[in-house]
Amino acid sequence: MAGEQTPLRRVASDFFANPVAVFGLVLFCVIVIVAILAPIISPQNPYDLAQLDVTEGRLPPGAKSLGGSTFWLGSDDQGRDMLSAIFYGLRISLSVGVMSTVIALGIGLALGLTAAYFGGRTGTIIMRIADIQLSFPAILIALILLAVLGQGTLKIVAALVTVQWAYYARTVRGAALVEKHKEYIEAARCLALPPLRIVFRHLLPNCLPPLMVIAAVQVAAAIALEATLSFLGLGLPITEPSLGLLIANGYQYLLSGKYWISFFPGVALLATILSINLVADQLRDVLNPRLQR
Amino acid sequence: MTEPILTVSGLRTHFFTRAGVVKAVDDVSFEVARGEVLGLVGESGSGKSITGYSIMGLVDSPGRVVAGNIMLDGVHLTALPAEEMRLLRGNRMAMIFQDPMMTLNPVLRIDTQMVEAILAHENVSQGEALDRSREALTRVGIPSAAERLSGYPHQFSGGMRQRVAIAIAMLNKPDLIIADEPTTALDVTIQGQILYEMQKLTRETGTALIWITHDLSVIAGLADRVCVMYAGRIVEQGTTAEIIDAPGHPYTRGLLDSVPGNAPAREKLKQIPGMTPSLLDLPSGCPFRPRCSYATVECEQTPETRPFGTTGRTLRCFHPLPPPE
Amino acid sequence: MLVFVLRRSLQALLVLFVMSVLVFVGVYAIGNPVDILINPVADQLERERAIATLGLDKPLWVQYWSFLSGAVHGDLGRSFVHSTSALGLILERMPATLELAIAAMLIAIVLGIPLGLWAGLRPHGFAGRTIMAGSILGFSLPTFWVGLMLIMVFSVMLGWLPASGRGPTKLLFGIPVSFLSLEGWRHLIMPATNLALFKLALLIRLTRAGTREALVQDYVKFARAKGLTNARIIGVHVLRNILIPIVTIIGLEFGSVIAFAIVTETIFAWPGMGKLLIDSINLLDRPIIVAYLLVIVFMFIVINLIVDILYSALDPRVRLAEAKG
Repeated sequence: MAGEQTPLRRVASDFFANPVAVFGLVLFCVIVIVAILAPIISPQNPYDLAQLDVTEGRLPPGAKSLGGSTFWLGSDDQGRDMLSAIFYGLRISLSVGVMSTVIALGIGLALGLTAAYFGGRTGTIIMRIADIQLSFPAILIALILLAVLGQGTLKIVAALVTVQWAYYARTVRGAALVEKHKEYIEAARCLALPPLRIVFRHLLPNCLPPLMVIAAVQVAAAIALEATLSFLGLGLPITEPSLGLLIANGYQYLLSGKYWISFFPGVALLATILSINLVADQLRDVLNPRLQR
Repeated sequence: MTEPILTVSGLRTHFFTRAGVVKAVDDVSFEVARGEVLGLVGESGSGKSITGYSIMGLVDSPGRVVAGNIMLDGVHLTALPAEEMRLLRGNRMAMIFQDPMMTLNPVLRIDTQMVEAILAHENVSQGEALDRSREALTRVGIPSAAERLSGYPHQFSGGMRQRVAIAIAMLNKPDLIIADEPTTALDVTIQGQILYEMQKLTRETGTALIWITHDLSVIAGLADRVCVMYAGRIVEQGTTAEIIDAPGHPYTRGLLDSVPGNAPAREKLKQIPGMTPSLLDLPSGCPFRPRCSYATVECEQTPETRPFGTTGRTLRCFHPLPPPE
Repeated sequence: MLVFVLRRSLQALLVLFVMSVLVFVGVYAIGNPVDILINPVADQLERERAIATLGLDKPLWVQYWSFLSGAVHGDLGRSFVHSTSALGLILERMPATLELAIAAMLIAIVLGIPLGLWAGLRPHGFAGRTIMAGSILGFSLPTFWVGLMLIMVFSVMLGWLPASGRGPTKLLFGIPVSFLSLEGWRHLIMPATNLALFKLALLIRLTRAGTREALVQDYVKFARAKGLTNARIIGVHVLRNILIPIVTIIGLEFGSVIAFAIVTETIFAWPGMGKLLIDSINLLDRPIIVAYLLVIVFMFIVINLIVDILYSALDPRVRLAEAKG
């Protein structure tokens, strides 16, 4: 009955015990699938200028287009079908968010582990830079970077990576320092195992739980930040409209009551961020040793 | 014979966890006479601390007292509403915990923490409460009490902090103090001092004391009577002399033998074989059976508490040990 | 304590110096400094004259020196668009941003801490769960989108509140403020609430987590054993402990609120520093960008310094350790 459970199974069973977290996970999977399948399931390709007709712009949700299809969520000022635009927008927002998180994770991991394991001057300098950077809000750093570097997908990703790496570096270093002083590392050292091997095979697996939680939260934050930057006009170029840009497009039509151009992309954005946060939240509770009974 | 200050009968405290029901305290009964020192001995997981919490009404969820009666000076504690229970705590009965660094609030001053204990139960002036606190500190042997009052817990050493905790416990002159392993976290030399202080104070004031510990050597010099607990039950009760000189239960014998001082020099240290059972997965019948060298088929039945000898001892075993020659 | 303040101030000055170098290098060395500082519509003759005046033909360290001496005297260049001192423009807009930020922070604190406390005390009740669900929602809602929705609901559909602008201001100690008039409030309430949303969610979660962690600590058990009322345990023991990290986080988040005001000011056309920055980025008015950066860095350093001092003042363990060493 109450037999031995592997840690993984226990984490999984604790996780799935919360229906809200499961809902978040399911929602997130749906969104990812939609994003991947966007070109296939969209009624219209919103980037194909040939398909767009400006005279069909600003139609409310449910209106029929001249071609016979329905603008389920209305159309924006260019005549783009909102539903399709949202699908493609999700794709872009997700890929930029995930990509930047993965890169930042890699950099932060490498730097954090280096700082923890090798210590010394290098370690201190790395952590100092991380600390100073972390004391400034992400949006400010991203804004200034983009103001200096200009627009473009690569530059957005670079800005997002710059904003995130320090979190990972600091978390990894903290966890690694704790592990480093534990006896199994001393034992590994005594066996004269090469440092890289110690770091990867032994230190790293034990630093993973806090990292997972932070990474999950950061993906959501990266998506939100990119949307905010795009909304301000500093983000992705208009040839690749992310959800933030779609919302920005609808800003001017708000006062005349054409709410759908901003409303629906916002809901999609909210759903994405919310689902990730729900999962991350439960993950954090499940992995937190202090709240374990 | 005067009435005992505390009577516990049939106490059961269970924890309802996701993994199952943990019977932390399973049918425990004992009495404490006024001014008496009772030792509650057992390993970790034996339920001794939870017994103390149950008496004080401090059992946290998912735990609950599910059965039994606790009477303090004629008052039925188990039937009391929460507010009345609160009025008794720190007033007629008090508790001291194991780690004084954690039990004193690190961000509040010592005088704040002492005065509030008085003002929670009596309507006296701030000044008088301060005076009493100062006297209490002096009584437990803290020098320069007046200065110490305005300090913070981290400015005290471990032994001093525990003295402060004792002083707080005695502020309102309770009838009963429950001390849950108060010296376990301290150095051996300090242990002795604290033991001595507590003994002296309780004798002076006639306060009854329940001393919870896993260390039999502490009990030997301190307690009048002893209850030995195992897996949530009391397996043996009697006066200290009886328990130590002529233990009846094999577990008690094992505990005594495993005290390093008791073993003859140069012989291997004796240990009780096996491990304490998980309270989720107790063996059927007598819980000590898997580790007992005297176990027989009969022990697959759960033994009841029965009188042992003529002096008021009780025992919960089918094979009581014969007295030594 | 004085030594501590001095030491921190020196560190802060060092950071400020390093940041000024970084800003200088970023603006004057990366990219074409000519383009950055000289009005893009100037013709060849004006450009040559400007280059000479600005000393862009001189070596880098000379340029940095004149930049630094200019900065120390409060001269950070002149805006291309407005032709007035960049620094002056920023300072002129600062009160608006500060008012917005302070209003937002106050909303977050006044609502967030009590709600978080409640959710921490009764995590499994309906109210507790609703609060937590609300906090995750508040955390996940994109601020700029919420701003748009607020305008849509309260300005367009209901017509209760104005969609943009600051409204009439009154002078308080020579600084224009909006909160002294009802009309001012009508303009302030939406952007302040919008800005507060994220921090509110954060504070709720923080307070709840802190409360839950505090409640299982031994000092809470000891406080209950003393017979203190729940009100006192939570209001004094728990609150004093969790407020220390919360206050420091509030301080640190204040800087973040000022930065995030950029978005809110843009949506609600609130005439603060943030809106000025966005306009300047779009109009390529680089001196303003430089001035904004330096002012913000300075503000952040000051805020961090105050928070450090506040933390050591609040936590007796740190305060007394610093005093000794």
